[in-house]
Amino acid sequence: MMRMTKTKVDRQARQFRAAVLACALIGCMALADGSWLKKVPADYHSRTNPYAGQADAIAGGGKLFADHCAKCHGADALGTGKKPSLRSDRVQREATEGDIFWLLKNGNLGKGMPTWSSIPEPSRWEIVAYVRSLGLADAAAGANSGEEKKQ
Amino acid sequence: MRLGFGPIPTPAQIDRAHAVVRVLLAASALLFVLVTSARAQEPPYFVTYSSALEEPGNLEVSFKGTTGSPKNGNTFTGGALEFEYGVKAWWTTEFYLDGQSTRNDSTLLTGFRWENRFRPLMREHWINPVLYVEYENLNQASRSILEVTGHQSQADYAIPNQFARAEIEREMELKLILSSNFKGWNLSENFITEKDINESEPWEFGYAIGVSRPLSLLASKRNCTFCRENFSAGAEAYGGLGDTNGFGWKQTSQYLGPTVQFNIPKGPTLFFSPQFGLNANSVPVLYRFSVSYEVQQIGSWFKRKQ
Repeated sequence: MMRMTKTKVDRQARQFRAAVLACALIGCMALADGSWLKKVPADYHSRTNPYAGQADAIAGGGKLFADHCAKCHGADALGTGKKPSLRSDRVQREATEGDIFWLLKNGNLGKGMPTWSSIPEPSRWEIVAYVRSLGLADAAAGANSGEEKKQ
Repeated sequence: MRLGFGPIPTPAQIDRAHAVVRVLLAASALLFVLVTSARAQEPPYFVTYSSALEEPGNLEVSFKGTTGSPKNGNTFTGGALEFEYGVKAWWTTEFYLDGQSTRNDSTLLTGFRWENRFRPLMREHWINPVLYVEYENLNQASRSILEVTGHQSQADYAIPNQFARAEIEREMELKLILSSNFKGWNLSENFITEKDINESEPWEFGYAIGVSRPLSLLASKRNCTFCRENFSAGAEAYGGLGDTNGFGWKQTSQYLGPTVQFNIPKGPTLFFSPQFGLNANSVPVLYRFSVSYEVQQIGSWFKRKQ
């Protein structure tokens, strides 16, 4: 009787551990990058970039990107290690320019993204303009493969 | 401030200290030459801290120098070699080696500091608080003047090294850093308190305030060295506020001065500031200079390539 009870308790403990693990995994997946988008206030979400599409601003943003962002996100912004790509569907399509600007200002400290609030606001918009000018990675890959086919 | 008298260092001890300083300077120079760098986010302050922390995984190596001529004392140059590492986006840790050289006297290592800065709020606000905790093990020959607390005065810097180095202080220092960024301007205020943990000395207080702005808020399209975007300018004021036995800013030193910062593209960042003593307790002028290099993602050097 005692032995059966112990086995039952062990099984229940295993099931409990598995459930906790599954919950933690689901939680982590839910909180994985992209969760910051839900935190962006509406007034930032709707902000537009005053320098969008301006060649000078994109060039200036490129310099700032190389200085501050490239080491983590890669010179091509495709991400390095656990640092996400900035040419993903999320950054290039889902997020508005205002969302990206908000992320630069506030960071995502719990996930390793520092705040860049000490970079002046116009410069941060230049970075947004540059990042958006890069476009989707798939599009770049497609263009590259097209070039290769032509060759 | 109490001064104790201890044994005078032997020539062998002095030689050893010189050798350590030379090795550290050589190692720093080698690091500067070998690594790629990037500009840091910090405003051009020497004493005041802003809410800018080191980016996680980055290591900033810098040398902060201070030179001054106290009344009735020899001209000194204090130096702090600083290693600042971003542990997390909300936590920066920093280790300093402190030394000094005094004309007509000697050159010596004066101790070390270990500080940690924590950002308790995870988002940007109008005022961004940062908590600062530091342990320092320094003798009184230190001339870096990285803060002014209690009743510090220029008379402290006129004490010959052989006596000043014998008085070792082990102190805990706490700061509340408040910092705001608005339209390119940074305004930072620090409230400092310090306590010798070995002796029954009172809590000492001090403050620092800094305001600064980059000369240009936009990055230009061309690569340039001397364009405005690479410069920041501002002003800094700091001083003591006495201690629990006598609070106030009269029986202590106070300084005020302009500061300027120059980010050399793909190179180090240079800082300079002449800081003027505002009362008779202060050194008439302190000239401060600093050079810093940021090594990006140093942690990745030690990770296996995938």
